[in-house]
Amino acid sequence: MVEVTLWGSLGAIAGGKSKVEIEAKDIRELFRKLAEQYPGLEPYIDRGIAVAIDGTIYRDTWSKELPEGAEIFLLPRLAGG
Amino acid sequence: MNFDPRYSGRNFTSVGTRPIRPDGVDKVTGRARYGADFNMAGQLVGRVLRSPHAHATIRKIDTSKAEKLAGVKAVITAADLPDLTDGDAAMYDILDNCMARKKALYDGHAVAAVAAVDARTAKQALKLIEVDYEVLPHVTDVDEAMKHSAPLINDAIFTEGLEEKPVKPSNVTKRTQYGHGDIHEGFGQADFVVERSFKTEQTHQGYIEPHACVANVSSDGTADLWVCTQGHFVYRQHCAQLLGMEASKLRVTSSEIGGGFGGKTHVWAEPVALALSRKAGRPVKLVMTRDEVFRASGPTSATSIDVRIGARKDGTITAAEATLRYSCGPYAGMWAEIGAMTAFACYKLENVKTVGYEVLVNRPKTAAYRAPSAPMAAFAVESAVDELAKEIGMDPVEFRIRNAAQEGTRSSYGPVYGPIGIGPTLEAAKNHPHMKAPLGKNQGRGMACGFWFNFGGQTCTDLNIGMDGSVSLAVGTVDVGGSRASLSLVAAEELGIPYEQIKTVVADTSSLGYNDMTDGSRGTFSSSMATISAARNAIKILRERAAQMWDIPVDDVVWEEGHAIAKGATHGNLSPLSLKEIAAASGKTGGPIAGHSELVADGAGVSFATHICDIEVDPETGSTRVLRYTVVQDAGKAVHPTYVEGQYQGGAAQGIGWALNEEYIYGKDGRLQNPGFLDYRIPVCSDLPMIDTQILEIPNPNHPYGVRGVGETSIVPPLAAIANAVSNAAGVRMTHIPMSPPRILAAIEAERGG
Repeated sequence: MVEVTLWGSLGAIAGGKSKVEIEAKDIRELFRKLAEQYPGLEPYIDRGIAVAIDGTIYRDTWSKELPEGAEIFLLPRLAGG
Repeated sequence: MNFDPRYSGRNFTSVGTRPIRPDGVDKVTGRARYGADFNMAGQLVGRVLRSPHAHATIRKIDTSKAEKLAGVKAVITAADLPDLTDGDAAMYDILDNCMARKKALYDGHAVAAVAAVDARTAKQALKLIEVDYEVLPHVTDVDEAMKHSAPLINDAIFTEGLEEKPVKPSNVTKRTQYGHGDIHEGFGQADFVVERSFKTEQTHQGYIEPHACVANVSSDGTADLWVCTQGHFVYRQHCAQLLGMEASKLRVTSSEIGGGFGGKTHVWAEPVALALSRKAGRPVKLVMTRDEVFRASGPTSATSIDVRIGARKDGTITAAEATLRYSCGPYAGMWAEIGAMTAFACYKLENVKTVGYEVLVNRPKTAAYRAPSAPMAAFAVESAVDELAKEIGMDPVEFRIRNAAQEGTRSSYGPVYGPIGIGPTLEAAKNHPHMKAPLGKNQGRGMACGFWFNFGGQTCTDLNIGMDGSVSLAVGTVDVGGSRASLSLVAAEELGIPYEQIKTVVADTSSLGYNDMTDGSRGTFSSSMATISAARNAIKILRERAAQMWDIPVDDVVWEEGHAIAKGATHGNLSPLSLKEIAAASGKTGGPIAGHSELVADGAGVSFATHICDIEVDPETGSTRVLRYTVVQDAGKAVHPTYVEGQYQGGAAQGIGWALNEEYIYGKDGRLQNPGFLDYRIPVCSDLPMIDTQILEIPNPNHPYGVRGVGETSIVPPLAAIANAVSNAAGVRMTHIPMSPPRILAAIEAERGG
């Protein structure tokens, strides 16, 4: 079980929750279960969400494991120049 | 991804050296081929008709007279680019921006295009196209656009992110919020509070090479596009989607690039050129003029930012708050959101809140510009930080060191930081001789910090070993800042062979798997990771071939310094086999030798920089002169230090122009008044001092060599560092970028008058 922190706008879509607990071993499973439990999040996941694991931001590595006790933080997927 | 990206702490032979750039001779002799340098037999000239109005309904377009003109081979309007975006709102915006459909949304918005046998005929044809406009009220200022009385740019936009769903449409597309703690409590603990409002005007990336492409659509439905871009694979995806093509049928080749800085991450002319070619049945070259580049490509946002920061007497910040309003052009974006995320990222804050508003205006669609949105937020925050230090009576560097984020700090945008480099850049700045150099009359010193995220992304690389032992490295990230040299160094390091034995090229979209764009400071970070992986895969095959040649088990063969070595007592008398010897025998040991890699390079690691600037202000005219400039930034590991220094200097140079002179100036009619380099003044050599650099190397734990991206962070601190220097020199706080002579003079005179 990992605790996932949602950024402000995303939290509003997940019923006003800023943190949710999810049983997930990696980012792929996290997104799948988030979409199942909070269907409103699915378009945002499709558009692109980045996952910060202990401060390191992952944008595309959906196989990245979520270590027990790690800080998991969802962020919008940003553009660079 | 079967590749371990973790930092290994190795010693380097090639990486960290400074060989001559492989593209240098072609570039200084004029042989390098840029976007407009490619030609095809039977090629037509494309030209675009653009709206002269900032906001207008397009009632009707009559192209019949243009079509009848001798030499005109195709005329297109939005009808020739039907909506195939299937509900993808972002792609629809790109389509509408390439060719206006119902409304022209800014001065310069494309409304029609022609392809003709020569430029003269094409220009004549544009004059024959009759567009019936109904001119609408417009708004170009970000603050004006937020008012309830402002003309609505899109009546289908209802602000997202508000607690209560709005019932009326608005020019504000989205509100976002970041932060933690309780700012009211934090400000209650403050002994000093600084509160200021700031504005920055819209600027352009100012790349010297305009957008240019040659499109050729064949009658069998396949197509070629030669184009100047930061991401030819992304251009292929976007063009294919907009034109209803299969991506594999469109081959995109990237030319040399005369600057991009984020501005060449977006399609404008390319779908139009392809649509013209498809209709004409001939190749079409489309080159934007400088006027068109300014009016109709993608500048950065104009902004309006309020900042409030409170601190105790001991110099500890107790609360920080910012409201950021960013213009997006006429289409939704997330520019203010990025500003809201980056604004206070340098600091350790218990109570912080940032709110961003994305605002539609009748200006060109905002595009990324080098660490997009971060420089403006840093300008506002770092100006207020400097002022707060002064009020408390602390040295501005010491004040920042006291409040700098460190490992374990919760960032203002959310996550807790791992190992980061803001502290070391501040310490290096504090100890730099620049900080102690004396200043003269009317001279001021300023410093500022900056943050950027850095990204990785999808990356694919092929490493092919020729039968003579030379190595071809094919990469898919466009070389915007010297990555071909850097990646050759990385391949040389892994293979244990000389740099000169390797030739790196940027492959076209039909020759390599998909690659994300060169953006987010990712080019060398991502493609070096893929190159290391590809080289290691090639070494595995080289060992297998050597084992065959020796007839010994492959597990008894190791790779050292460019040679296969037979290990163990029984093979001790075998002479090492060089890469060249193994390559020469490859035809008899299994055929060509190559290493491939497809991976997602993630874990780029956030980046920090600290800049110091000395300025002299003429109090009689308001003119400025940059006397000295120093950049301190963490590179993780500088693969080719000269190129890293070039990125640091380039970001500072662009920042100096942005801070002191560059701005989009719109008339009351909503038309851009200065779409050319005579009136939009970027810095030239005589405006700049030699920009000093200091590279810090704090290894990125998520890259085998410790590499971090270096391309963008260097443009984040300059606006603030220069504003602090000018404010110190002029004796008045500057709050409006650019600090052009009239603005500085007005501020000095207002201060004297007050």
